[in-house]
This record gives sequence, structure tokens and C-alpha cells, in this order.
Amino acid sequence: MPKRTDIHSILIIGSGPIVIGQACEFDYSGTQACRVLREEGYRVILANSNPATIMTDPDFADATYIEPLTPEVVASIIEREKPDAVLPTMGGQTALNIAMTLFERGIVGVPGTPELIGANAEAIATAEDREKFKVAMIEIGLAVPKSGVAHDMAEALEVIQTIGLPCIIRPAYILGGRGTGIASTQAQFETLASNGIAASPIGEILIETSIAGWKEYELEVMRDRNDNCVIICSIENFDPMGVHTGDSITVAPAQTLSDVEYQQMRDSAFACIRRVGVETGGSNVQFAVNPLTGEQVVIEMNPRVSRSSALASKATGFPIAKIAAKLAVGYTLDEIPNDITKMTPASFEPSIDYVVTKIPRWAFEKLPGTSGVLGTQMQSVGEAMSIGRTFPESLQKGLRSLEQGRLGLNCDPAEAQYASITDDDLLAATGIPTPERIFQIGELLRRHVSIERIHEANRVDPWFLDQMSIIIEEREELAGHPDPLSLTRSQWRRAKRLGFGDGQLAYLWGATESEVRAAREALGVIPTYKTVDTCAAEFAAKTPYHYSTYEDENEVQPSDRKKVIILGSGPNRIGQGIEFDYCCVHASFSLRAAGYETVMVNCNPETVSTDYDTSDRLYFEPLTQEDVLNVIAAETLSSGGVAPKVIVSLGGQTPLKLAGLIPVELVAGTSPRSIDLAEDREKWAALCQSLHIPQPPGGTAIDLEQALGIVDTVGFPVLVRPSYVLGGRGMQIVHDSNHLARAMAELTGFGSLGKEGGLSAERPVLVDRFLEDATEVDVDAVRDHTGEVLIGGVMEHVEEAGVHSGDSACAIPPQTLPGWVVEVIESYTASIAAALDVRGLINVQFAVLGTTVYVIEANPRASRTVPFVAKATGVPLAKVATRVMLGATLAELRDEGLLVPPVAGGHVSVKEAVLPFSRFPEVDTALGPEMRSTGEVMGIATTFGQAFFKAELAAGTLLPTSGTVFLSLADGDKPAGIVVAKRLRELGLGIAATVGTAAYLERFGLPVDQVVGKVSEHAEVTAVYLIADGKVSFVINTPQGRGGRTDGERIRKAANVNQVSSVTTVEAGLAAVQGLAEQGGRPIEVRSLQEYHSRP
Amino acid sequence: MSAQPIVAKNPIVEGALVLADGSVFEGELIGAVAPGGVASGEVVFNTVLSGYQEVLTDPSYAGQIITFTYPHIGNYGASLADFESRRPFCRGVIVRDLARRESNHRSEAHLDATLRRYGISGIAGIDTRRLTRLLRDTGAMSGAFGSAGEAALLAAAQAEPGTDGVDLVAQVTTPTAYTVGSGDRRIVAYDFGIKYSIVDHLATLGEVTVVPASTTAEEVLALAPSGVFLSNGPGDPEVVDYAVGAIRDLVGRVPVFGICLGHQLLSLAIGGSTFKLPFGHHGGNHPVRHEASGKIEITSQNHNFCVDPDSLGDRIEVTHRNLNDLTNEGMWVRGEAAFSVQYHPEAGPGPHDASYLFGVFDEMMRDPHDWRDKPRIRRAPPRRMAGLPAPELGLVDLVPTTAGAV
Repeated sequence: MPKRTDIHSILIIGSGPIVIGQACEFDYSGTQACRVLREEGYRVILANSNPATIMTDPDFADATYIEPLTPEVVASIIEREKPDAVLPTMGGQTALNIAMTLFERGIVGVPGTPELIGANAEAIATAEDREKFKVAMIEIGLAVPKSGVAHDMAEALEVIQTIGLPCIIRPAYILGGRGTGIASTQAQFETLASNGIAASPIGEILIETSIAGWKEYELEVMRDRNDNCVIICSIENFDPMGVHTGDSITVAPAQTLSDVEYQQMRDSAFACIRRVGVETGGSNVQFAVNPLTGEQVVIEMNPRVSRSSALASKATGFPIAKIAAKLAVGYTLDEIPNDITKMTPASFEPSIDYVVTKIPRWAFEKLPGTSGVLGTQMQSVGEAMSIGRTFPESLQKGLRSLEQGRLGLNCDPAEAQYASITDDDLLAATGIPTPERIFQIGELLRRHVSIERIHEANRVDPWFLDQMSIIIEEREELAGHPDPLSLTRSQWRRAKRLGFGDGQLAYLWGATESEVRAAREALGVIPTYKTVDTCAAEFAAKTPYHYSTYEDENEVQPSDRKKVIILGSGPNRIGQGIEFDYCCVHASFSLRAAGYETVMVNCNPETVSTDYDTSDRLYFEPLTQEDVLNVIAAETLSSGGVAPKVIVSLGGQTPLKLAGLIPVELVAGTSPRSIDLAEDREKWAALCQSLHIPQPPGGTAIDLEQALGIVDTVGFPVLVRPSYVLGGRGMQIVHDSNHLARAMAELTGFGSLGKEGGLSAERPVLVDRFLEDATEVDVDAVRDHTGEVLIGGVMEHVEEAGVHSGDSACAIPPQTLPGWVVEVIESYTASIAAALDVRGLINVQFAVLGTTVYVIEANPRASRTVPFVAKATGVPLAKVATRVMLGATLAELRDEGLLVPPVAGGHVSVKEAVLPFSRFPEVDTALGPEMRSTGEVMGIATTFGQAFFKAELAAGTLLPTSGTVFLSLADGDKPAGIVVAKRLRELGLGIAATVGTAAYLERFGLPVDQVVGKVSEHAEVTAVYLIADGKVSFVINTPQGRGGRTDGERIRKAANVNQVSSVTTVEAGLAAVQGLAEQGGRPIEVRSLQEYHSRP
Repeated sequence: MSAQPIVAKNPIVEGALVLADGSVFEGELIGAVAPGGVASGEVVFNTVLSGYQEVLTDPSYAGQIITFTYPHIGNYGASLADFESRRPFCRGVIVRDLARRESNHRSEAHLDATLRRYGISGIAGIDTRRLTRLLRDTGAMSGAFGSAGEAALLAAAQAEPGTDGVDLVAQVTTPTAYTVGSGDRRIVAYDFGIKYSIVDHLATLGEVTVVPASTTAEEVLALAPSGVFLSNGPGDPEVVDYAVGAIRDLVGRVPVFGICLGHQLLSLAIGGSTFKLPFGHHGGNHPVRHEASGKIEITSQNHNFCVDPDSLGDRIEVTHRNLNDLTNEGMWVRGEAAFSVQYHPEAGPGPHDASYLFGVFDEMMRDPHDWRDKPRIRRAPPRRMAGLPAPELGLVDLVPTTAGAV
């Protein structure tokens, strides 16, 4: 069946900002879908609010709407573009939910409206509604966990008769899972059931068989409209049931299923996708297996591409999203060629000859108050994937890919942290899933605790435990050698085949990594690169998608083209996410267009950069010194001895940290010396002084005494931050010496930073005078070797200096800065870029206080804002910068047509940060110098107010058009509060306020409707009470500069838990009322990026 | 710290694999000790991700050394239920890694113990991907592995005759007829190396009498069967000329269904020819198109020889085609109640996508004159039938001595 010709235009709904549970994987799938559908000749319309994505690049769709992803806005886009079809299966849960709402409103999926392709409304409803899904599965004879509902103890006792213990009791309609528990005994059951019935507002509990501890599996299924079904990949979770699959270490393919069991699961997956009714495309079906009996139950299915599809695509080389998009427009699997072999069709099931391990990365250290315990709700912010020929190799590569100070399963300084814990305590600890579990198990194995006991404690499959034990035994063997020179070739090979990194061995022998490397290479033990080919070598592969291992044969093909290696950004984390992948991908696109052969190195399975056709060659490898040097060596060899250039400045801190370890002549663009100059506090201060650019006074310290010394001269408050980190890791604003002592202790101690290397003369803490109430400004610029500087964008932050730039909203063009200040900023930027001899991108941060422009820091590398700037101005900044790094001049690029003038005037672009607080009710939502946002959105409109309103809407902050706004302001913020209150009154909104704020406002003739008491003083009517009672539609609460945060913290948490939108700075409050004044209550006008970028 | 000792380390016995072209692969020996330190045979590969035990016990691998492309083999142990015949007939096994510890509730023995129990030698630690790439380009090649020196191994590899022209069927077929299952009709199944999963499927259709490969047409017809099944089996179909003659006499007199070697023998019987594929099909993921419906079946395959449909012209209708290389995968003999497929609809190991073919055979036996290739209903995997010859030596879970190679 060839492609459909009855549809011509297709709307793809993206997934919006990066949030926990919905990350770059949907940029990957959406980008693939856009590309494929355009290649097929369809007009592609894209809706996505996330400017950092590659898919929202104006080149990828015919009409790109960077607009809030709400049903109303998408309806306006449909109204305007009149697409023939809507593809809702590429944008995660967000896109599916919007599609369902639009279907319910009769806007899509019904006759006379755009057709839903990929999955129809009935299929989505069947898969998404838990009860419906269960019924459907039982109907086709598949087992599901047994469950029943009870309203009183008699019913509960009846239900438990059929279900049996252990079971899970969940009260109905309870937010955040309160009252949920697992009962193993009758007594526990009775207590939990009666408490649960009492806790539920409707007096109802759900009782479900507990399958915690069962083995968990996932199958990635594809189906075409001829009802052909194939499994792309099987995945087995290291962590048994009970941990969200996004938070589990997972392994592909399934390791401990016999073929009989696997085929049963395969049959069930097909039955499931058919019954749910996903007609075309990819789905993911999750199963639990009782390890004692083999009993299989279906847990859930996603009727769309998912995080697991991205993983399965990278794990097998089978591009699920791309194929799903083709199937959605009518192709059948046998009509689509397999990209990798070119010879065989896509209607097959990939076979692999390696082991893939995915390990999540969490950010609990940035979210104080969180327990760090993993459960059924996903909490990780990113993941690394690794490929090895065996599980031990794959696991150790994966652990070092995380970049969290661990060099592998063991053999690193962090392994000492368990020394004081007894076997029993450690065993018990592994029963509670946390990010540390894998290492705790490693330690138990090192103590020779039996696999049976470990399995008993945490239910991790004995096969995995035994494989880990092989690593541990090898470590003991290796520790018996005195130094790197005492190993034979076969001993080296054995160690490397188990995934030991040179760094681990260096730790073990007290040697340096380069000594280890030299000894190893002297015996000819170097990695071989194998190919990911979908078919376990049965057919010749055309796609150079490689991973390293230690075998006989290397498959890297020679090439005489000019090569550039691009180092990616590794697993997503707060502070380093999709923006850097955007830059790396753009680098690859722009260099390929200019005739270079591009080589990508990265280990993040969610990204576009690790798509096998983004670059000419892909190395799925950890971004460590050893692994990167190996790739350089392999590529040098394949080029007949010519070493390729290496791009280190586009992937964030990850590749930048490696800059100094790579031969300096290979680094493309700005020299590592300049990078270091900007990072080195003393040299940087001297440079600014010589340029006559003011800086906040400050210095560096490696201990408290030195820090106090600095404060003596500069005075409080000070900004304290470690060097060589991104995203404000550990950054704090400190107001007194007690706080300073605490901050320094945190940085030097065994905190998470300690694990990353702690403090030293090379990695000191920076202590600077904090400029209160200053306006923060960010600039992205490009400088070429002739000295020409291109100012990409000047962004004025909405929140004052002190809120991390990544968490702050900002606008292009600046909204309040006088023109001459912007010019000063541009001049400062140019002279700093010249002084650092920048060749490529530079990001400079300024603080404007009164008429003084202070420079805060400069980073000669790609910044988080590069994609936003590109979308706001229409200038492909990353592409331009990459070419400049390889020697092109801006003038040449202008002639070539790559560098175009920015689209000026006419619109304002606002970037807003998206924060993960709704997942972490225990966390204070006040913003600070430590970045905590996971993603961003963009609003574009003709005025700042409208653009800000759109950005807030896109970020999920609902600005109120009616009801009561609660105001509680820090003293310094109160004058601005007058303006806020005044506007709110004009807009007809009610105001509630705390005693202090109310009294202040009343003094200026602004009476408030309701005055509330302090929570800490046990007042009867408090803000928390009003919020919980649904009486407040918006909260503006700004934290006091110092101490006394408890009341505000409670208010902010209450707003978070009750899903009442809030802002925590008065500047955001001002912007919000401006937005409301300009936009509130009126329909949102949508316009495509292509229209904004069109030049007369 | 606990004082419990870590699992005792097994002595590693180094060995090598040498191919007839002189290629050498270093590894560690597993399984049984080969007599004289040499195990030789035709080296082939299989790309299944699960189902190693079914592959090892498939008689079609007689004379061959099986390379598994998936690196971890033995993860879920071995069980009596997964035997596809009374014992493995392969000459050896090549893996990247043999699991030291298995984990699965179905497991009754460690795979290494099972290999040793049945005298199968193996070699682990091999760069199986390099080996597969080599075999992919050169075709199946003779090879030898063991503890003997490289020169001795090379000599053994070069002395190995290969499978062309060798009657391997005679080595694997049942010495005497046996019957399994019950029902009101009888199916006679020729055992050219039959897999138990096939017998299980056939037994859902009636009583199955499994007969030796040399059984004549008269002997078969004397059993008054409702249908005759031609099984899979090892090696070169041209050599099994005695069966070809019998099949020629059966076609037209009784409904016939063939699988794999049975497919090739049926085509020879009606005047066709076969040829050797450059590197055969050995895996569980081959796409086959059912030509009448255009539907795709993911199939289990294991064959080096292939039917040349052009040699049969109008005599047959091609019913199935391999989408990877477009070779023939199935045929119906025009005007006759006879059909066959090259692949393995019985799975074991592999997908169940083509199990409907047993339903087609059912239809054909019900009415040999008016049967149709419908409905394509997937049939549930049957249970292992009682009455099949038990694995000769059972399973004994010995403590592995050489597993754990990486």
C-alpha cells in the first residue's frame, strides 16, 4: 500500500518544554517525523513551544508555530492552517492529551475536521484510561494485576479473598499518593484499608495485587495498516517492579527470558496493540513477570512513540519514529527500506550482537528536601546509554557516561563512602531503590555477601548480580598486580573486556591515567569499533554507527575527507540539556553542508545528535578522556594519520572539561587557553581590569578562612559558587558569616560536589559581592579570526540578578534598558571577545545597576540561549559559529548566504523557564542562584506583555483573568507591589495579602479584600488555608532577602501542591500584570516562525 | 565484612578456532573436552536472541559448528522441555560469553553442564562478530577448534568434508517409527531430522506416526494416513534421493506438507532443483511475504540450500518469498494437495507468526480437493507431547568448570 495521496498537509504536535518524563526524546521523534513527512511531499505544520528543540528550526517544517501547547492555541493553529491530518503520536503525553481534548470538542478526528493519524481517539482512550485498558486486556485473555474496589471493611475483606496478599491499597482521589501502602499481613491490610477508606474523600480504595519485586520488561512494537506487526526491541529492567521504568536501569535485549517465554510476551504485545487499536506506528507494552512461576501480566501500553522508543531506536539502529511517521501516511513495513542495510526491508525484527544499558541521571542534589527514593513516579532528568559486547562492559561504560564522579562500578574515590556501613544495613539499603543502589550492590559483592542474600534483599535478578560479581572478582584479580606494567596482554584484554576504564585502573594502582594508557597501548591493547547494524552482521551495514569494545576486528572504514569530531553533551541534567544538543546538531548540519565529514560522539539516547543520520559517523561512547582520545585515535587512523579537528565548545561543560586533555592543536575554534583564562578567577579579573570593564569585587577561596577574608573587603551579601560547573551547581547568595560557613562546608565536604572532585587550588570557590536589585543581561556573540564580532542577541532578564539565568525569564530585544546601555554592553562584549581571542561563540553575563554595567562572567562557548536567540532573530547562530570555528570569516558566511541580518522590530521574544516543582511537593519553589529548571518555552508576540503572557501559558503558569490574587512581598519588593496591586485592581481582580503587605498597600490607597495571618503564628485564616480551599487563583510571593523564610516557603509549597500558579519575584509579578493587561481574556493570536522571520 | 568465599574461580583452558582459510580466533574452551583436542565441522552462525537450546538440539545442525551472534548464551539455563530432539547433533558451539550463572524458573541445568552431558564441545571469548562477518562474505566454511595447536586445527579444518554430498539425514533420523498423540486421523511424519515442536503442532491435528527417512511410499500408504508430513533436516537435499523417490509416489495420493528440507525434497520430487545459498539463512527474524495476502511473517529460518522456483515453472505457485533476498520460501504444487515452506512455522525457537500453516494442512487433510489457504489464524503454541523420545541423557546440573569466559 503506497502512501496516502488524499492528505496533503499534516500538523505535528510537539511535546513542549523539557520536563521530567518528557525530554529530548520527543525532539528526536518529532524531528524525524518532520523530516520524513516533508521528504514525502507533505506540507508539515509544527506546533511546539520549546525553542531549544531542533524540530522548531524553521528549516524542518513549512510552518513552525512556537506557541503555547494548549488545546485552544492548537485549535487556532488548525483554524488558520486547515491541515488535512493531525499526527499526535510524536509529542508524548502532551500531544496525546491535546488531541483528545480537541477530539472531545469536535475539532479533530470527526468528519469534516482534520483526521487523527497514527492513533485514533478510541485507541488513545483505551490505552490511557486504566480501567478501560484493564477491561480490554482481560477481554483478549491477557492477564493483568488483579484488583478490586471497596467502600467499607466488609467489601475490602471480600476483595482481599480473591486478590491475596501482598497487595497495594490506594485511596481514591488522593493527591500525591498519600495513604497508599503495601500490606503483607492481614493486620497490615486491615489497618491500611480502614485508614485508606477514611482518607479518601469519596470513601473508596483500590486494592491491587502487589507485583513489587517481579521482573519488568518492555517490548517496542510497530504495526502497519496491513496489520503487520514486528517487535523492534525487548528491554529488561535491572530494577524489579516498583521503580518507574524511566528511573530504572534497563538492558536490551531481554537477558533472562527463555524463547518460550519471550514468544508468549511477543504474542501478547501484538494482541494488545491490536485490541487497543493502534493502527499504525510504534507502541510500547510493559509486562511484569513473576520470577518464581513465569506468570506474565500486562502493566500498561503507550499508544505512541515514547522514551523507550528512542532508546530502542538507538539500541538497535531501527529508526522507530521515522518509520512510524511513514506508516502513519499509509506505507506498509515491507515498502520501507532498512536504512542501515539498504538491501533489506523494514519489515523485520532487529537482531543485535551487543548489550545496551541505559542508566538514569537524577538531580536530587538540586532539590533539597527530596527523599531521593525512587518509586512509581519518574524523577530522573536524563539518561546515558552505553553499548558493550557484554553486560559488564556495557554497565561500566554506562556508569562512567553519567559524569557523576563514578568511573565505573567501583575503583574510584567514591567507593569509600560505604566503608562504615554494616553488611546488614547495606543490604537493607538496597531494598529501597535509590540512585545509589547499583553501587551499594557492588560494595556488597565486594564484601563477598552471597548473591542469594542480595537477591533476597532487593529482588534484582541473580543473573545481573552474577555478572556484576564478575566485575568485582576481576577487580580483586587486578588489585593483585602492583602496577600497570605487570599485566600481560591477555590480562589487559580481559580487564578491558569487562569495561574497566583506564581511570579505574589508575585508581587501583595509584598510577596516573596516562601511565595506565601508555602501558596498555604498549601491549597493543586498543579498542576496536563495532557497528550497530540491526542484523547482528548478517548483512553488510552502510551506516557507520559505532561503539567501542575490545575484540579482534575494527570496523571503522577509511576515509580521506576532511573530518571534524563534535563532542556532545552527554546525559541531560539540570543546567545542561537539549540546548547543547541543538548546537552540536547544528554544527554537524552546517559542516556537512560545507563539505566536511562530521563525527559525533555522545552517549545520550534521547537526542537528535545520536541519530545515525545526523552526522556522517556516530560513536555512541562515554564522554571521558579515555573514550574521546580513543575516538580521536581511531579517526586519525582511518584518515591515514591525519588527526581531525575536535569541537569542544558546543556541548556545554561536558566537552569543555575535556578541552585541556585533547592535543591543543586539534581543538577547533577558541583555544583551551582562552577557555581557561575566562574560568581562572585571577586571570579573568586582571583581564577585565585591563579592559576597564567593571566587575563586582570578589576573590577565590579554597576554605572558609580565605572566604571570610574576601568578605572583609567586599562586604555581604556575597555570591558563592564553585568553578567549572554549569547550571549554578552549589551556587548561593550568602548574607552572613554563619551562612558562609555552612556554604563552604557544603562545598568542601562529602556533598555531591565533593564527589565530583571537591575543592582544590585548581577548583576554588568564587566569592563575589552580590549586586542586589541589579538587572541581569545575557549576550551571545560570535567572533571570527579577523576580529569581527557578531552580536547574536542581547537578552534582558525579567528576574533580578541572583536568580540563575537559566531559571529567569528573558526578552529579546531588551525592554527596559536604555539604548545606550545596550550599546555599552555590546562594546564590552566585543572587547572581551577580542581579549580572549575568541573564534566562535561567546556568552557574556552582565549586571546593570543604575548606570553601571558590571561584567559577571564570560564563557567562550555555546550557551543555553543560543537556540532561543536563533529563533528570536532568524540568525542561525550555531551554524555560523561552527563555520567560524573552522576558519570561515563572518564576511565569507555573509557572502555565502548562511549569515543573514537579524529580523528586526515587529516582535518581542520571551523565554521562560519551566521548573520541576510539581513533581517534588516537598521543595521550596523560590528561585535562587542554583538553576533548577528542566526546560524552557518561548512566547513571541508584537508586545512584551503579550509575549510574556504566551510564555507563561506555555510554561503552564496560568495568569488569572478572574478571582483573587494573593500577594506577599519581601520588604524590598513592596514599592513595586504598589504597581502590581494597582494593575490587578484595574483588571478587576481581587487581592488577598499578608498583614505586612496589606498594611503597606493600604497606605498607598490600595485596600485589599482579605488580610491573612501568618502560618507560623498559627493564625486562623492563612494563605495556605485560602490556597488549599481553592480561593486563590494566583500567588505572588517573594522571599525575604535573609532568614525567616518559613512562612513564604509554606505558602509557595501550598501553591505548588494545589496547582495554583505562582511567581516568586516581584519582577515576574510586574511582567505578569503587564501581560494580563495586554492579553488577559483575549484570544491568543498565532503566527508561524516563518512569518516572523520573513524579510521584505 | 563477611568471610564467605567468593565463587571459586574456574581454571581457564585457552583454545583457538581455526578456519579452513587459515583465520585464527583465540578463545577459552567450554563444554565437553573434544577428543584429541579437536572439534571440527562446518561453521555457521545463528542470529537469534533467545532460543539457544532449541537451536543446539535442532538435528538440522548435524555436522555443523554453531556460532551464536548474541554474545551472552546460557543466561536462562537449559530445560528438558526445550529439547527439539533426543540430543544435539551439532559438532560444536561458538559463543562470545557463556553465562556463569543462569537464572530462570524453567531452568533445570546449566548450559555448560548440558553441553558436557551430551559431549558437545564449545569455545567462548571469540570475536563472534568478526567470525560472522567472515562467514557472511565467504559462506559457511569448515573449521576446527580445541586445545590442539593451530597447525593441527588448521589441518583438521581443511580435512573436514563439509556438508555437501553427505547423507546427514541418515545420522539423525529415528531408527524406528513411533507414534504420539491421538485422534481420528493419522498423519505420517517423515523424520529427516524432525523438530519436536513440529510434532507438537501436528499432534493437534491427529495421531502422528513419525517414521524413519528411508520409509517407502508403500509402507507409508499402508498406514492409511490422512496426510504426510516432510520434516526439516540437515544438509544437502540431493543426497536424500531415496526420500525423493518416495515423495514422488506420495504426491497426488495423499495430502503432503513439507518444512525446510521437506520443502526442498518435495521440489526435487516434482522435478525441481535446489542450489546452495551464499551463506544460508540462520536466524529468527527473517521477513517472509505471504504472496496471496501481502502480509509479512517474521520467521525462524535455518537452511543453506534453497529451492529454485524457475526450475519448476508452472508446476508450482510461489506462495511465500523472503523479503531480504527474495528467495523462495514456499510453494503449492498446482493441482495437488501438496504445499511446503522453507522456513519454520513451528517456531521453537522463534515467532509464532506462521503457525497458521498447520491450519492450512488441517484444511487440506479435511478436503484434499477443495482446501484453501485460509483462514490465516495464528495457532496457540502447543504443549510438548508425551511420547516423544526423551532426551537420551536427561539433564544433570553439574558444577560448571569452564564457564565465565568473557
